[in-house]
Amino acid sequence: MIQYIIRRVAYAIPLLLAVNILTFILFFVVNSPDDMARMQLGQKHVTEQAINNWKHQHGYDLPLLWNAEKSGLEKLRQTIFYQKSIGLFLFDFGISDSGRNIGHDISERMWPSLALALPSLIVGLLVNITVALMMVLFRNSYLEFGTIVLCVILMSISSLFYIIGGQFVFGKLLKLVPISGYDSGLSAIKFLLLPIIISVISGLGSGARWYRTLFLEEVEKDYVRTARAKGLSEVQVLFRHVLRNAMIPILTGVVVVLPLLFMGSLIMESFFSIPGLGSYTIDAINRQDFAIVRSMVFLGSVLYILGLLMTDISYTLVDPRVRLS
Amino acid sequence: MTHQMMSSFLSVKMRIQAWFFYSILFFLTGCEMAPLNNPYREVPPGVSVLYSSFAERPKHLDPAKAYSSNEYTFIAQIYEPPLQYHYLKRPYQLIPLTATEMPTVTYYNQQGQVIDGKDAGQVAYSDYLIRIKPGIQFQPHPAFSRDEQGRFLYHHLNAEQLDATDALDDFEQRGSRELVAEDYVYQIKRLAYPKIQSPIAGVMRNYIAGFAAFANAMKDQPITTLKAMPLEGVKATGRYQYRIRIKGKYPQFKFWLAMPFFAPMPWEADAFYAQPGLIDKNITLDWYPVGTGPYYLTENNPNRRMVLTKNPHFHDEFYPRTGEAGDKQNGLLADAGKKLPFIDRVVYVLEKENIPYWNKFLQGYYDASGIASDSFDQAVQFTGAGDARLTPMMREKGIQLQTAVTTSVFYLGFNMLDKVVGGYSEQKQKLRQAISIALNYEEYIAIFMNGRGMPAQGVLPPGIYGYQDGRAGIDPFVYDWVAGKPKRKSIAVAKRLMAEAGYPNGIDPATGEALTLYFDTASASVDERSRMNWFRKQFARLGIKLIIRATDYNRFQQKMRQGSGQLFTWGWNADYPDPENFFFLLYGPNSKVKNGGENAVNYENPEYDRLFEIMRNMDNGPERLAIIQQMQHILRRDAPWVFGVNPKSFSLFHSWYKNIKPNLMANNRLKYTRIEPDLRTQKRYQWNQPVFWPLLLIAAVLAIAVYPAVRAYRRRLQETII
Amino acid sequence: MVILWTDGLIFTLVLAIAISVGMMLRKPHFKRPLAKITQSKTSMVSLVILLCFAGVGLLDSVHYKDSRTGEIISLLDHVAKPLTEQTERTYSAPFSAYLYSKEMIIHDDGREKWDYPRLKYGAAHLDNPAQQKWPDILSKAAIGLGKGVLLALLLYLVFWMIRGRKSAEPYRPASKAALLTLFAIISLFYMLAYLSHWYHVLGTDKVGEDVFYQTLKSIRTGLVIGTLTTLMMLPLAIGFGIMAGFFRGWVDDVIQFIYTTLNSIPGVLLIAASILMVQVYMANHPEQFASVLIRADMRLLFLCLILGVTSWTGLCRMLRAETLKVREMEFVQAAESLGVTRPTILIRHILPNVMHIVLISVVLDFSSLVLAEAVLSYINIGVDPTTYSWGNMINGARLEMARDPVVWWPLSAAFLFMFTLVLAANLFADTVRNAFDPRRAEHG
Repeated sequence: MIQYIIRRVAYAIPLLLAVNILTFILFFVVNSPDDMARMQLGQKHVTEQAINNWKHQHGYDLPLLWNAEKSGLEKLRQTIFYQKSIGLFLFDFGISDSGRNIGHDISERMWPSLALALPSLIVGLLVNITVALMMVLFRNSYLEFGTIVLCVILMSISSLFYIIGGQFVFGKLLKLVPISGYDSGLSAIKFLLLPIIISVISGLGSGARWYRTLFLEEVEKDYVRTARAKGLSEVQVLFRHVLRNAMIPILTGVVVVLPLLFMGSLIMESFFSIPGLGSYTIDAINRQDFAIVRSMVFLGSVLYILGLLMTDISYTLVDPRVRLS
Repeated sequence: MTHQMMSSFLSVKMRIQAWFFYSILFFLTGCEMAPLNNPYREVPPGVSVLYSSFAERPKHLDPAKAYSSNEYTFIAQIYEPPLQYHYLKRPYQLIPLTATEMPTVTYYNQQGQVIDGKDAGQVAYSDYLIRIKPGIQFQPHPAFSRDEQGRFLYHHLNAEQLDATDALDDFEQRGSRELVAEDYVYQIKRLAYPKIQSPIAGVMRNYIAGFAAFANAMKDQPITTLKAMPLEGVKATGRYQYRIRIKGKYPQFKFWLAMPFFAPMPWEADAFYAQPGLIDKNITLDWYPVGTGPYYLTENNPNRRMVLTKNPHFHDEFYPRTGEAGDKQNGLLADAGKKLPFIDRVVYVLEKENIPYWNKFLQGYYDASGIASDSFDQAVQFTGAGDARLTPMMREKGIQLQTAVTTSVFYLGFNMLDKVVGGYSEQKQKLRQAISIALNYEEYIAIFMNGRGMPAQGVLPPGIYGYQDGRAGIDPFVYDWVAGKPKRKSIAVAKRLMAEAGYPNGIDPATGEALTLYFDTASASVDERSRMNWFRKQFARLGIKLIIRATDYNRFQQKMRQGSGQLFTWGWNADYPDPENFFFLLYGPNSKVKNGGENAVNYENPEYDRLFEIMRNMDNGPERLAIIQQMQHILRRDAPWVFGVNPKSFSLFHSWYKNIKPNLMANNRLKYTRIEPDLRTQKRYQWNQPVFWPLLLIAAVLAIAVYPAVRAYRRRLQETII
Repeated sequence: MVILWTDGLIFTLVLAIAISVGMMLRKPHFKRPLAKITQSKTSMVSLVILLCFAGVGLLDSVHYKDSRTGEIISLLDHVAKPLTEQTERTYSAPFSAYLYSKEMIIHDDGREKWDYPRLKYGAAHLDNPAQQKWPDILSKAAIGLGKGVLLALLLYLVFWMIRGRKSAEPYRPASKAALLTLFAIISLFYMLAYLSHWYHVLGTDKVGEDVFYQTLKSIRTGLVIGTLTTLMMLPLAIGFGIMAGFFRGWVDDVIQFIYTTLNSIPGVLLIAASILMVQVYMANHPEQFASVLIRADMRLLFLCLILGVTSWTGLCRMLRAETLKVREMEFVQAAESLGVTRPTILIRHILPNVMHIVLISVVLDFSSLVLAEAVLSYINIGVDPTTYSWGNMINGARLEMARDPVVWWPLSAAFLFMFTLVLAANLFADTVRNAFDPRRAEHG
């Protein structure tokens, strides 16, 4: 097990390196360090001197990937790529192009993202499972048919409509919640209520349908028939057997996304101006702040790999037959 | 889990529904409840808090670096330069702020003799002597804290102290100190210090004596040596007075003295913030200013909100006793002579989009608002005479409207280096004049700006010396004076000009096809699409085919620098109320391509340049006015710009917002503002009664839908039991 | 005749679909599921709706240079010419005779009045809109509907004469439903088209453009994104997927490495960076993009390409797993021991046996891609702002929802069309999946 984890971590290093090179190339095809300097320095009275100063201060006055002037290893090390990447692997994200410490910002903005994403996930899961169970329980009735139709309809609506509509109805017309914003601590609840409801509803269609198929697959299995034949009521069968067995794919599916919750939701956060990592990323893209974009890509990759690892491990935990090799 | 559980679950649900039903009934029967949608925390009574917003976190709060309006929103309240603009008087008038009186200027000739300075050519340098008021204190700040022995508490932080620190608040001791002239001198040195990268270093290098030499000498020095190093042209000549030596004559310098660039900076601040480790916590001068102003920044979380609090050490300053005619009737002198500032705290909330902002403003959660183009109809209507007034709905809410023509200009520029649209021959002039006529900016203003603007008749916007109203002020190449109003020349005239320019009906004789022009724009957003369509249509009226090249702002700037653009729109916002600040945008040596200056169209006309050099050093008077008219005429004939629009700013204020007067030059208006919190609380209650019945309706519909199935299920269950 | 890049690809795609459907009809193991699809009412109705959308999209994909203005327009633009020319000044509600905002009106006698001005084109034929409008709309709607019904009947007749009676026999209820749907769509659409001569049936937008026209134009964008993206990703996904599963060993390792890398980069960031790159390229090579349309088209194509690059990994992984299974089957083993070359095995034996997965994922992805376009446009990394698309319409509508009274029609129009398309696609995808996937499992 431990050996397996070590091997996976070792495998992650070339992966992260590749991710880093890719983002680096993509970004610098678009931008030159001069562009970045101009972007940060503003519009009025920008001189060449100021740009060179800025580049020097932020370490962008080196060649991108290959320094021909130096010798030996220094050819690789005296480059923007090396200088900017080495910190990432130590999780030292450095200073953003606009002069703030990225690590500090991330550690601050992580919490609002989590405060939105975690309840959305949990409530979403509960609602989806409940609805799916109801569908299975009332299968072959008008209720199941109606719910399926509703699910397909919910699925076919763009999430933007939910957000625009939700803000309009609950925030503007009914005045039940603040339209947007955020506050720390418990006061955050009134701001998070609407985004959470919206994300639950927009995920309900596909989620409930998926769980329904999972449950139906279980329901048709032999052991369920046996259980039913033993005289267990439908509800008992559902909760004791079907739900428990279907929990394995459900939980492992959840484990994969758990680490990525930190990254936040781009759309939700920017619509409701929640100061999380999602809106941080969008801002960075719009301002072309490469240091932040690179850090977020790196962080995202790390979390993704972590998610894969956790899934593998959770498989062995729930199902002892699975061996990690 | 059994059947009992399921049914008890259902019955719990029923009970909740019942509870819900009663509580709603209770609300429906008309008890007035506290608004649920209040985005703020409770404020203790008697404290007056103003709520505002910022759309993007300010990049710099260091007065040596900050140069954009969203940054000035904050730092103009925190830092105090020696001069300021009078809040009420018009035309804009400089008055002392921390200075005891206006600076005295002495002119010297080459030989060092004092001269009167009438002839600018004679002036070798001019000395500005500024005296500041004694007794002004800096805001509380840990950089000033000392222990009993007088040693600085926080200038040599150890690892332990650093670990315990997350924000500036974590330093318990806060000290203060009296403001001295040396602080002003220190700040000017900071402007020159290369690592700070002040945006005006390039400009000041040409004016302040010894500035360039100082910058070179300081190139590799740490910032802590700044204090000891002398700057030749700037010197404290006493505890409360200092002298700035300017090369030649530069009458506009006094305006710079009213900008935060020339605010005082205590050396302790730099010494404090230079400590390694603080920057990792985002504790820098750029985020935590140290000033003498009426407010100081107590909370700075650019990810969420920024809070300005009344500076307990603020020196005595009083609301002006005199103003313009009419100010008294408008209630602007009600607070005359009272001590500033009035508001205890200002909360700026991060609000990136204007829709939520607008909705919150209508709900009473923001105190003031601009008007986005999309909510304009809702807020403003025009009366018969073309005056703007609020719609009945707004008036019912007690909202106040304030309008002002801004001192800025948005123009369409022709790159004068371009082969097709550039050049100075008569044909090229005519081509540009034809386009100037065809671009119907009246329509543009009506469609895209809701009438919030005036078609510009020249480079100078209203409010700047040299701007002329009425017949004398129109652009005779584009407008006729008809019935007391400027009237755009007809499209036929433009077409004739096109023919004379060699493009009859817009056909380029070289290709035999329609003349194709390229329009560069930095914005690619959806909102821009209709605007671009409009431009295309306008050019099509002359038979010109317009191709839009949209890119990002960097690429756009690069094009401008290389001079590879053809047509583009750009704007300029006045730094100070002097015509020089606009005419220099077309001064040849400022060419963007050649010298990286602000002359983006690369216009170069020797006669114009000669006049500019005379005009800029003159004091206002009939002579200067005459030269300005000459220069305007040259520009109108050459038409390097389609002059475009002078936007009008429309702002809305709630009824509890007092002492509003537009002042486009003063950034430190906050201290004059007063609000009435009680009225606000009352209105917020009135406007934000939550509506519950649709929720009830949804619950009811759900219950009705589920109920038959539940009943059917129960029946089935009973059947199986039997 | 001007062929844009996406036009060419669309018609290639149509051709490819026609050929593959033809081929599938001959293969028995495809024929059965296809028959199952044609027997389902839902699937036939949604297929008809999808085909109608596709028809509009194809009509909009035939471009030519207008001889009069010299601009590149499509057949749809030609048909809808009155709509493009009848632009008002600004917002007007559906079927309205007046602008949506008050203006200073100067009457003939010089009086000035602050009121809603009449529209230039919408309901301009009426003297007294207050009384005449609704009767006029109703009568015109009736005429339009009548003509539409006639047209539909005519089409039906032609169809019936060509096809003969007998062949439709086995699929009766489903084909009846399909025909009814077609009938309804044609008559309703004709009615709307007829009415749009006199009215703006879905109102006008901020600069007075007809919203009905915009929504119609947006159809092509949605379809292009939904289909071309799949076209872009298929070669990658199929090639890599079955190669990884078949060869295993280092090939598998390399391919897995590539797709884990791509997968681990947050998709939005990858798309944003790529779109910026395209913009820079276009800014540096303006001579290649002489007209707005070509620029926008190029960006659309690149968007498809990039979406393809970010989304092939899922399918690739599924194909790899399936290939791993298939290659262990007897007939593959047998072919291998008979000395059949590996490329032949891949193409002749493996590929046909994993095709159903490809088919299912293509139909499933379609609707999510259409939805993704809207979201990407919101962050400004979607289609070109000059392109008509539902995403751009929704994006604009956010501002309109803040007005009071609310400008609801552009949002509603985009919602209605997008919803119909995605719903039809989802329903169709469901039946396709049920028909092809023996396990009926969702999400592969």
